[in-house]
Amino acid sequence: MMPSNRTPRVDVAALAVGLGLLAASAMLFLDTAGMTVTAVYGIGPKAMPYAVGGGLALLGLLHLLAAVRDGLPRPDPMDAASVAWMISGLAGLIACVAFGFGFILAAAVAFTATARAFGRRALLADGALGLGMGLGIYLIFTKLLTLTLPQGPLERLF
Amino acid sequence: MIETFAALSQGFLIALTPANLLFALVGVLLGTAVGVLPGIGPALTVALLLPVTFKLDPAGSLIMFAGIYYGGMYGGSTTSILINAPGESASMITALEGNRMAKAGRGGPALATAAIGSFVAGTIATVGLALFAPQLVEVAIGFGPADYFALMVLAFVTVSATFGASPLRGMTSLFLGLFLGLVGIDSLTGQTRLTFGVPELVDGIEITTLAVGLFAVGEALHVASRRLHATDELVPVRGSLWMSREDWRRSWKPWLRGSLLGFPIGALPAGGAEIPTFLSYAVERRLTKHPDQFGQGAIEGVAGPEAANNASAAGTLMPLLTLGLPTSATAAIMLAGFQQYGLNPGPLLFVERPDLVWGLIASLFVANAMLLVLNLPLVGLWVRMLAIPQPWLYAGILVFSAMGTVATNPSPVELAMLLVFGLLGFGMRRFDYPIAPMIVGLILGPLAEAQLRRALAMSLGDPTVLVGSPVAVVLLALAAVALLAPLLFRGLARFQAAED
Repeated sequence: MMPSNRTPRVDVAALAVGLGLLAASAMLFLDTAGMTVTAVYGIGPKAMPYAVGGGLALLGLLHLLAAVRDGLPRPDPMDAASVAWMISGLAGLIACVAFGFGFILAAAVAFTATARAFGRRALLADGALGLGMGLGIYLIFTKLLTLTLPQGPLERLF
Repeated sequence: MIETFAALSQGFLIALTPANLLFALVGVLLGTAVGVLPGIGPALTVALLLPVTFKLDPAGSLIMFAGIYYGGMYGGSTTSILINAPGESASMITALEGNRMAKAGRGGPALATAAIGSFVAGTIATVGLALFAPQLVEVAIGFGPADYFALMVLAFVTVSATFGASPLRGMTSLFLGLFLGLVGIDSLTGQTRLTFGVPELVDGIEITTLAVGLFAVGEALHVASRRLHATDELVPVRGSLWMSREDWRRSWKPWLRGSLLGFPIGALPAGGAEIPTFLSYAVERRLTKHPDQFGQGAIEGVAGPEAANNASAAGTLMPLLTLGLPTSATAAIMLAGFQQYGLNPGPLLFVERPDLVWGLIASLFVANAMLLVLNLPLVGLWVRMLAIPQPWLYAGILVFSAMGTVATNPSPVELAMLLVFGLLGFGMRRFDYPIAPMIVGLILGPLAEAQLRRALAMSLGDPTVLVGSPVAVVLLALAAVALLAPLLFRGLARFQAAED
């Protein structure tokens, strides 16, 4: 808000958000236009998507306007390595579940990678802890609470 | 009135038998234990523990349910405060202020004001449930679809205008939530929207996946990204776990206001506990003598919404019991609990099985009192979770989040959504977008659409029906004021600044 900080440069973050909102709006309009709907009383299932799409487009344009004016609040620099570790941990978890390695291994992968993201270096110890945690959750959920968790080689032992 | 007291004392005779006291105790302990797990709120707690009650008789089962329900609520607020992973939308506000209090080393008072506030609100609301059920339900029956739509529009506006510093970022968050709310099958025509042929999307976006992704995963990413700045670290709780005289002084009015907001709104069939918690937060933020503390961990922002949450949870039992109408996810699961015994809640149930209805209402009082007695001394136990080293704490939160997500829907696609929502929540935190409006948009968007279309279908497409009742007119006018007032004030402030 301070005029002294205002630069003629475009605020990249606000620009990206604005373009993203316009893209979401376009996606919504395309999806809705593709619907075949029989007539109903009042308004059909297309009205709300068009209203939301219009709102998103308006907000997108306002963000583009903001990009050349105040911009978004400037965040602190990011520790990219930590974020990358966490995202790969979650990606590993999804891959474990998707390719049938089961919940326990998936939990161990996510646990170890997240601990690494927060600066831990003892990967083996954390991996063991993650395995134990996954196993505990698995046993409580499937045996005690009779919930389904993704199955894998380790799960079949119990 | 005298009949009500007679029926209620009959209910207490049933609730206070040793077997039923035991059921209530087991329910309270199980509900708290599961509810305290991150990503698991009262709805999921009740759903998880529904099979446990299969073998019991109806009265014992429903009494245990009452305990699970209130225990899950208490556990959920504990988790929200300590690790910012709300299991359900109604405890999001508790996460907003309570988690900041915990981070500021005031986790103990936050937990205490939540627990005592829950007890106060639960007791007031259960008294209200016993006394006013018929009268208040009559008011709610008088509401038409247009009135509900107006009520939801008002909630949209207050939520996105109240939270965060910028109306632009608040509305953006709200519309992203509305966008996500469109995903899935349209309930009126069966038309699929925004599913792109992905079967997991047909049932819509799971609210739990969105909330856990935005709050738990987003928060973990945010904290990891700022690790080297070391400004956002978890601070171990210092000093007293109990509320100071100042805390009591600042808490008791929000407790009462939250109870009085929560119970009537919860009793209206208008979408559960979200509206009163958000309204309570807005009210406390306006009335506080410490506006600077809001967003930084104001105790009023925990006491009021937490009381509103509990009062409205008891309020949702009113349409459920008297009309058979579930107005929240938890109420819907409780309806399933009734139906497993072939019981249909409604006016007839009061006539045919007064023992069940009044036994349940009496055991709500019992469960509430048990929670206060059991959980206040255990506050220290929950606070100790902060002593877990940060890497393990966040690694554990991530594993719990994944667990909550696959327990809802065991599919890699659901986990991929969790990751996407986590990244979204991370970005929103970095650039100071409020998160609450998005979750409100997802929950209320489809409800608002349904009411709008119902209203227009009944009027054969005549849009004037939307302003056809005094209630709707007043609510829409309030919404317009709530939307325009911040902009006007801002313009005025800018104008004055230019004058200087």
